[in-house]
Amino acid sequence: MSELAERLARFRALPEQELARHRAAVRALVLTGLGLNCEAETEAAFRMVGAAPARVHVLDLLEPSGWRRLREFHILAFVGGFAFGDHLGAGFVLANKIRWRLYDELVAFIERGGLVLGVCNGFQTMVRLGMLPGFDGDYRTPRATLAPNDRLGYRDAWVRLRFDPDSPCVWTAGLERLELPSRHGEGKFLAADEATFARLERSHQIVARYVDEQGDPTEAWPHNPNGSAGGVAGICDPSGRLFGLMPHPDAYLYPQHHPQWTRRAVEGPLPTEGAGLALFRNGVDTVAAQLAAT
Amino acid sequence: MIPRDPMSPPVRRLEIGWKPHMRDARGEDLAHKIRTFLGLQVACVRTRDVYHIEAPLSDEEARRVLHEFVDPVSQRGALGRLEDEAFEVAVTVAYRPGVTDPVGRSALVAVEDTLGRRLGDGAAVYSSTLYLFTGLDATKAERVARELLANPLIHTVRIEPYEAWRHAEPDLSVPRVRLRAEPRVEAVELPDDDAALVELSRRRLLALSLEELRAIRSHFLEAGKDPRRRELGLGSHPTDVELECLAQTWSEHCKHKIFNATITYREPGRAPDTIRSLFRTYIQGATREVERRLRERGEPSWLVSVFHDNAGVVAFDERVHLVYKVETHNSPSALDPYGGAITGIVGVNRDPFGTGLGADLLVNVWGYCFASPFYEGALPRGLLHPRRVREGVHRGVADGGNQSGIPYGRGWELFDGRFLGKPLVFCGTVGALPVEVAGRPGHLKAARPGDRIVMVGGRIGADGIHGATFSSAALDESAPVQVVQIGDPITQKKMFDFLLEARALGLYNAITDNGAGGLSSSVGEMARDPGGARIDLARAPLKYAGLAPWEILLSESQERMTLAVPPGNVEAFLELARRREVEATVLGEFTDSGYFHVLYGERTVAYLPLAFLHEGLPEMKLEAHWQPPVFEEPQGPPPEDLSQVLLAMLGRLNLCSNEAQARHYDHEVKGLTIIKPWVGVEQDVPAEATVFLARHGSWRGFVLSEGVHPFYSDLDTAAAARAAVDEAVRRQLCAGARFDRIALLDNFCWPDPVPSASNPDGAYKLAQLVRACRGLHEAAVAYEAPLVSGKDSMKNDSLMGGTKISVPPTLLVSALGQMEDVRRAVTLDFKRAGDVIFLLGATREELGGSEYYRYLGERAGLAQPLGGVQPYVGRRVPDVRFEETRPLYRALARAHGEGLLRSAATPVRGGLALALARSAMAGALGAAVDLEACAHLETPRDDAALFSESCGRFVVTTAPEDAERFARLFEGLACCRMGEVRASGRLVVRRGARTLLDVEVAAMKRAFKATLRDV
Repeated sequence: MSELAERLARFRALPEQELARHRAAVRALVLTGLGLNCEAETEAAFRMVGAAPARVHVLDLLEPSGWRRLREFHILAFVGGFAFGDHLGAGFVLANKIRWRLYDELVAFIERGGLVLGVCNGFQTMVRLGMLPGFDGDYRTPRATLAPNDRLGYRDAWVRLRFDPDSPCVWTAGLERLELPSRHGEGKFLAADEATFARLERSHQIVARYVDEQGDPTEAWPHNPNGSAGGVAGICDPSGRLFGLMPHPDAYLYPQHHPQWTRRAVEGPLPTEGAGLALFRNGVDTVAAQLAAT
Repeated sequence: MIPRDPMSPPVRRLEIGWKPHMRDARGEDLAHKIRTFLGLQVACVRTRDVYHIEAPLSDEEARRVLHEFVDPVSQRGALGRLEDEAFEVAVTVAYRPGVTDPVGRSALVAVEDTLGRRLGDGAAVYSSTLYLFTGLDATKAERVARELLANPLIHTVRIEPYEAWRHAEPDLSVPRVRLRAEPRVEAVELPDDDAALVELSRRRLLALSLEELRAIRSHFLEAGKDPRRRELGLGSHPTDVELECLAQTWSEHCKHKIFNATITYREPGRAPDTIRSLFRTYIQGATREVERRLRERGEPSWLVSVFHDNAGVVAFDERVHLVYKVETHNSPSALDPYGGAITGIVGVNRDPFGTGLGADLLVNVWGYCFASPFYEGALPRGLLHPRRVREGVHRGVADGGNQSGIPYGRGWELFDGRFLGKPLVFCGTVGALPVEVAGRPGHLKAARPGDRIVMVGGRIGADGIHGATFSSAALDESAPVQVVQIGDPITQKKMFDFLLEARALGLYNAITDNGAGGLSSSVGEMARDPGGARIDLARAPLKYAGLAPWEILLSESQERMTLAVPPGNVEAFLELARRREVEATVLGEFTDSGYFHVLYGERTVAYLPLAFLHEGLPEMKLEAHWQPPVFEEPQGPPPEDLSQVLLAMLGRLNLCSNEAQARHYDHEVKGLTIIKPWVGVEQDVPAEATVFLARHGSWRGFVLSEGVHPFYSDLDTAAAARAAVDEAVRRQLCAGARFDRIALLDNFCWPDPVPSASNPDGAYKLAQLVRACRGLHEAAVAYEAPLVSGKDSMKNDSLMGGTKISVPPTLLVSALGQMEDVRRAVTLDFKRAGDVIFLLGATREELGGSEYYRYLGERAGLAQPLGGVQPYVGRRVPDVRFEETRPLYRALARAHGEGLLRSAATPVRGGLALALARSAMAGALGAAVDLEACAHLETPRDDAALFSESCGRFVVTTAPEDAERFARLFEGLACCRMGEVRASGRLVVRRGARTLLDVEVAAMKRAFKATLRDV
């Protein structure tokens, strides 16, 4: 078990009531508005793992009062959707707005130790901002992109992911595999150059890869929905607190979200929750463990 | 392009393309289409995004914007033009002036954010796309532009060979709208002469009948004596504003004149019937009858609000009601498939949103009727190829739903040559209406006198003027260009997000959408509660100057809602709108004057008594003549190898997989989808019905399904209607819906049923409509499934190129069911080898209008004539025997309640063989079936046993240990244990000693998926 996973396991060994109390103190800001779409299920996910989420409109966050509000939160979630219709490139217009009207506050949030999760459109926005890969504490220089899928157009289909067990990513600690829906038209991860890609691999920042039925990373459609090199589906920053992922963990909250649940139910009782929640629980418990320690 | 006005701000051109090492997926996709669709060779297509920024920017600012617009990792860009390697032809596709350009709108936001300042009212960004072709000459590029890239109604195209391109300055013209006209209002003299009156209606595109025109003429002759009218400066002729407003309000689209007409129905050998309003008699009548029966049994009604609001509302749980509406957007989709379709889906979103105090939108549905995408015959002038129509419609509805964050729940396609003239594009939306909104019942809304009339959302342009009257007429080449609109989901999403906040704060008393007829319709309708309204059109925010007042009133510019805001809340409402960057404008106020009073500044431009506006329409009187049609049975012996027939059937357009297109639509955003549209081991077989939660935190759910049988209409629309209801209900039961909570929606798409010189068989089509209504009524009452909402589209004929093509009468029945606990939902896939397969219901020799007969016709080499029916229609159409089906369905619902179902499918189009095939393919399991034992197989013909489309049937599996218990529930009913699921990978169907089918499941799936894989 990795050190991260062990730390989480120690925290989770606390009595149920205490766990609940610490988790309830974790505040997650779920962005909404301007064409973002996944705020309801993301909020539900944070709530289901015991945290205290709040939806905040992007436009409110851009105001000075919003900057102050950001300081009250431990986690920021860039949710999926079509901010500004993906016009000019997915995440582009939203990232631009944030860059010019919020970014210093956001970087301060990161430097204070805040966690950031970006799913799909959120991942695209984070990459566009330069928040990921975030080499050497530089969260402002874009070093990668999420290009149009090799097979043109948006597509909704479930894919298999494998996580790097040696990744510093707090969100995926202890997780090995996950099936999730891929729902995007621009998800082909490309690093600015080979050196950048090599560094990402070396530092285990490539958290999630698309894998085939045998569990091997793949560049072939449909297991890899967009043709990303090395099957990259998600990356984190060197601290592991910032994580962006193309497929949607927020779409697997219940066992009944899995496309095959009516078949699995014949084989035996279904698990009590959807597998995507583990990822949210990791993020929340990382913060909760810190809160508990202080 | 209009020459540049020297007063306009300067224009900057930004061109952005991929870096050389990047793949150009859009270019590759186009190259693929050029090769496969047009059969042309092309070496390479590169694409560029071009933005023309019309705003006073300094050079430094322009460079900053460029820097922001270009993704440093993957793109390169230039002010002016990018340097390029040689190519052969450059094709630029831009929008025409006034066409909605959502990308341009977003780009303007990005420019302003980058510069940190607002650019003012005159500023705009215009987006366009540049295609650089290698290995394709200018003539062929022109064809590519015409057939794949551009639609002359909305686009301009510039074609430049490389040499000309290289030597020319970059094009800096922009499609700014410039209207010279001063806003004018004129009195329209209504001539005494009837012929001149009709000519006036035709010329002004009013689509009013002579009777209606006469009623209007006499109204104004009388009203002209009213001193109040005279004081306002109006006389005894209507203003153009009044005339247009009346024509719009009285259009078929808005007043459903045919459904409200008095009809004399004749049928051979029977005394004529008089029907006073099909709507009241059969549609509302069915619902009333269901409610009466509930009352009689002492059961509470679960209908909350039906027929009078924008969508039907039914009770769901203690927190929310469910709202459902399905619409069509046929004519616009024929002219501009993408724009028409996206407008259709974002338009129907506004119906649940404008119901009660506003519903949260949960799920979209779509269904399309097209001609074959492989059509190779002559195309009447003015019509687009059906492949292109299909592709544009899919893309439009997918974009609309995806960008709005609404998953789709149902999606189906049907194909027939008669949809060449007009495709049918059904779009619907389910919403959740809070039971209580800010302390008030959520389903009730009423503007009060004194409430301010506030328009929210997009601005008004000339787009969509005459949409309501246009959709009430046949499609011909005179269709005005303005009817084409392109919905903008992002503008709408921002508006909805804002309005949901305003709803929670209780800031308004009523809300409705601006759809057909624009403000004229929304304000005119809302004014009925308070008893009057006064609005000033000069206050309306416009996209550009120069619109006449009547155009402002009627414009169907999208993404707008009209609200009644109490004076005390106006400030808070406008402030919230400002914070959300949504435009909201007070246009006037509701009154109790009895008048719809329209001003333009100080001047009155319309003064219409509400009573006349809404009730002054003369009732239509129509004749309907029914004559049972006679068609031939197929000639010759049936095919011998039925396994091959099954494979051929699986690949037929009306039965095959449309997954390649359907996957472009999100089906699970919001996290409420429990049974997805695609199910099975590989999630590649369509679900019989889909199941959704209404919110997180409760397992109660709703079920969506539908039935539609235009091909049965060729024989009898009454049977088609009964079959459609029956199919929708059966699909519900397959998923596990309650049998006593199914609400139905009806959408009629008919060929013109009003006789005229150009429509000599109108009386027959009207008889078909009467019979469809009767069949619908009968089925809805039989299943106690009330009709809660609906819509009719009555002029689905095309006269393009001088060829008349009419759609087959098409009734879509959409069902909204309910489940106590979605964790008990059932899918159609076989689950385990050894499970027992049952056939429920009787199979009869009902092959009339079947897909099998269509197949036989094609197999015999017979073609469907342009605008005509299929060669083999047959005689005996499938029909429903409710006295048999009701007890069977109750037993099935009980079996589900007891948890006995492992899988449930229902034989529909293609019959029993297709139902077995779908369950086998979905489960990746084989089956061994013997029909010999089935007592209710009432045909000696083996082909009929497999492919008859008899209603009322199910193919169900149970665990082996549950089989006996299951069978006992069906004692005395048509239930046959016909076989078991096998791990063999083959579907084998026997009838005693004869083997009817022996097909590999994998081969079936290949056939099922091949036809539309690349289309």
